[in-house]
This record gives sequence, C-alpha cells and structure tokens, in this order.
Amino acid sequence: MKKIDAMMSWKEVPLGCHVDRPGSTTDFLTGDWRSQRPVLDKEKCIYCGFCWIFCPEGCYQDQGPEAKVFVADLNYCKGCGICAYECPKQAITMVVEEV
Amino acid sequence: MSKRVGMEVSIAISEAVKMANVDVVAAYPITPQTHIVEHLSELVAEGELDAEFMPVESEHSAMSASLGSAAAGARTFTATSSQGLALMHELMYMAPGLRLPMVMAVANRAVSPPISIWNDHSDIMAERDTGWIQVFAENGQEAFDLTIQAYRIAEHPDVQLPVAVNLDGFTLSHVVEPILLPDQAEVDKFLPPWKPMLQLDPAKPISMGMFGIPEIYFEAKKATDEALVGSQKAIVAIWDEFEKLFGRKYNPIETYKTEGAETILVTMGSISETAMTAVDQMRDQGIPVGLVRIRLWRPFPDKEFKAAVKGAKKLGVIDRCLTLGSHANPVGQEVRSLLYQEKDRPYVFNFALGIGGRDVTRADFRYIYDQCQTLAAQGQDRCHMVGVME
Repeated sequence: MKKIDAMMSWKEVPLGCHVDRPGSTTDFLTGDWRSQRPVLDKEKCIYCGFCWIFCPEGCYQDQGPEAKVFVADLNYCKGCGICAYECPKQAITMVVEEV
Repeated sequence: MSKRVGMEVSIAISEAVKMANVDVVAAYPITPQTHIVEHLSELVAEGELDAEFMPVESEHSAMSASLGSAAAGARTFTATSSQGLALMHELMYMAPGLRLPMVMAVANRAVSPPISIWNDHSDIMAERDTGWIQVFAENGQEAFDLTIQAYRIAEHPDVQLPVAVNLDGFTLSHVVEPILLPDQAEVDKFLPPWKPMLQLDPAKPISMGMFGIPEIYFEAKKATDEALVGSQKAIVAIWDEFEKLFGRKYNPIETYKTEGAETILVTMGSISETAMTAVDQMRDQGIPVGLVRIRLWRPFPDKEFKAAVKGAKKLGVIDRCLTLGSHANPVGQEVRSLLYQEKDRPYVFNFALGIGGRDVTRADFRYIYDQCQTLAAQGQDRCHMVGVME
C-alpha cells in the first residue's frame, strides 16, 4: 500500500476548496523554512519601528511602550534579513540557525 | 405556449440568455460570436433585460469578470470563439475548480495560423480537460434549449460547475432557423432563481482560490473530477424534466438508424444533420450504416456511448479538430480508448473533416463509410484527413 501524504480525503475537501475561516493561514508555521534568524541587541534599539514596517511577513510584534522593543515571531520569520538591513542602528544581526 | 419564430441562431441564444434572466453579461466581441453579445447589449440598453453588461477589454477580462460575478452570486453569461477562448485559457480552470456556475456560448471556430474565422472544433478542444461541462448543439433549437438548460445544470446543488454550450460558427451561429420560443412563465417554472451555495459576502467572509500545497492539491482536483463525472446524473434528470415541460427529448448520446448497422459514423455538432441525410441515402441503397451523435462531450457518457455502438463492427469517428503529432484526434482518441478493453470491440477509424471551414457534404460521409470498409482489411496507422489535397 502506498503511503498517502494527504491532509484529508477528497470527499472532505470543502466545495471549491474555499476557506471559510479567515486567518487560517496562521495554522501553517513557516518559521522552519529559515536558515538565519534575527537577533536584536536591545542596547542599540531606539524603538523606531523600521523592522516592524519593513518585515514582509508582518511577524514583528510591538511589545508596548514599556518594553519599547519589537520582537520577531520566529514561528513565521523566514530569515530574509530585511529587518537587519533596514535597521538604522545595526541593532539586528542575522545568526545562522544551528540544528 | 411556445411560438415559432424565424430567427438567427445567435439571436436565439441571446433571447435564451434573456429568458434565463441573467444578472451579468461580461463579453468581448469576436467573429463568429459577435451577434450573440451584440444583441445582448441591445437588450440591456433597451431595458428588456435587467442585467449588468460589462464591455470588457479582452476575453481574459471577460472570463475574469465572469468569475468575480459568479463568486458574488450573480447569474452570469459570457460568449467567445477561437482566439478569444484561447486567451481565456489560463482562467478556464478556475470556474470548475472553484465550483462557480456560469454559462458560456462558444461559436466554434478554427484557431490561427493561418487566420481562419471559419468553423471547426479546435478552439474548444484546447479546453477539453479544464473541467467545464461541454455540450454540442446540432441545430438552432438545440442551441436555444441547451442555453436555458445549461443554467439549471450549472446551478444544480450536486453540480456547481460551468457549462460551455458549443455551436458551430457560421454554419449554426449565422443561419436563420425556425425556433420555438417558450413563454417566459414556462422558462421561469423550469429555471428558478439561483441560490448560491457559497458566495463572497462581507458578512460571512470566505477565501476563494487559495494556495493548495501538495498534501491537498491532488484531493482538490479529484473532488472536481468527481463532481464533473457525477454531474451526468443531474444533467440527465434535468433533460428529462425539460422533456416533460417542453416536449423535446435530450440524451447524452443520440442514435440515428443504428439498428442493425454494421458501420456507425460518430459525429458532434451541426454536421450531424448532413450525416443523417447521408445515412438516409445509404440506407435507401441497402447499406447497413447508422449515426451516433455525441451531445454531451464532458463529462463523457461512457456507458451510453458503449450501448449506442453495441453490435457495430466498424466505427468511423469524425473529428473537426486536428491533434497535431498524434495518431488520432480528440474524439477518435476518446472512443478508441473507451472501447479498447471491450471484448467485442469494433474497429475504430478516425477521420478529420470540415477543418477551418472546409465544406462538408453528404458525399464525404459516403466516402468515410467506404473508407471504413477498406481500412478494415488494411488497418489504420494515422487519422485520415478527408478532402485534404495531396
């Protein structure tokens, strides 16, 4: 018997393969595509929000006025490095993911 | 009560679309489809049809707009031909996969090069595998009836698929025929308003046309195929209901004088009427020949086709399209493949004729019959192109 790598039977596929639950794409954790991860030096960070604005995946979260820092959600960060490139204070370093 | 009216077949299709009370027509004009959408734009402009007429900038946009329209729950019509259908190709897979009902008339025309505005089936055969329900009209009445029926079929809860109504360009689209036009009340009884099973609605958001990773794509395609194959049941039930209301019988496969026929010719579309006359002449001469006409091309009615040709020794399968580089053309391949595993299978010979508007006459069918007898002894390696000058 051939091993089957399917999410569901064809009989269970919703009509037209439509998705009726908005935001369900977050069920898919895409962080494991990453080969490098952003590491923030909080001493250098001025809380400007460039990383948050430029992140193409929207995975930076504002930690609030007290923490005064943005943190990347590594469940979705694909390690593109745009945040590190755009950071005006070079506070973000891309570090190779070790398995 | 129906009334008999002399009418150009393109205009009759427009009238059918009007009687189907569509909400949206999105189309771009192309010969020989032009009269269909031209008349529809007049009907909308004159207030006879309360619909949105979208004069889009290309066929790609026509199909895109039709998809959006159907997704919003609007009863939608479009029409095209040849290069226009080819331009829609990228989007042709969408309506079946997204399960969006809509109806498209295709005035069948050859595909360039060389540029040809004339009739054959090359345009729709390039869309054969896209998942559309595909029917072929033989005459004007059928083109009218199939258009009305197409909405019932497309919108049936078990179907939810688009339907392409094929009519031969010029030889059908531009001829004036007597058409029985039913009363609006009769059509309304047969075709109630569409209740979409899913639609784009801000109050209840859904996403259509989402990403399909390898772990779901295969199952999604299988589900569409099952819907298409399974649609035949609803199609036949709807045709039976149509017969009860309007008195005209529609079958997936039609037979003509096949009883006792040793040789059966297989056709699609308007050449079938010429073929019937040819069969009459041959039968008068005592030749055991019959005709099988495929009305429902997709899904292909396997069981009905096998039953229709049962007992025949030779089939002359006629294509109006060339599959370049292959031993046979679409209909020839279909039939040969279907019958290959049958115990008592007939010879299946494939012929191409009427390509790019080349005239088809009764003599062609007599020639094909004779060729079937010769080829039974010789065998056939490649499709026989009837009437091509060596």
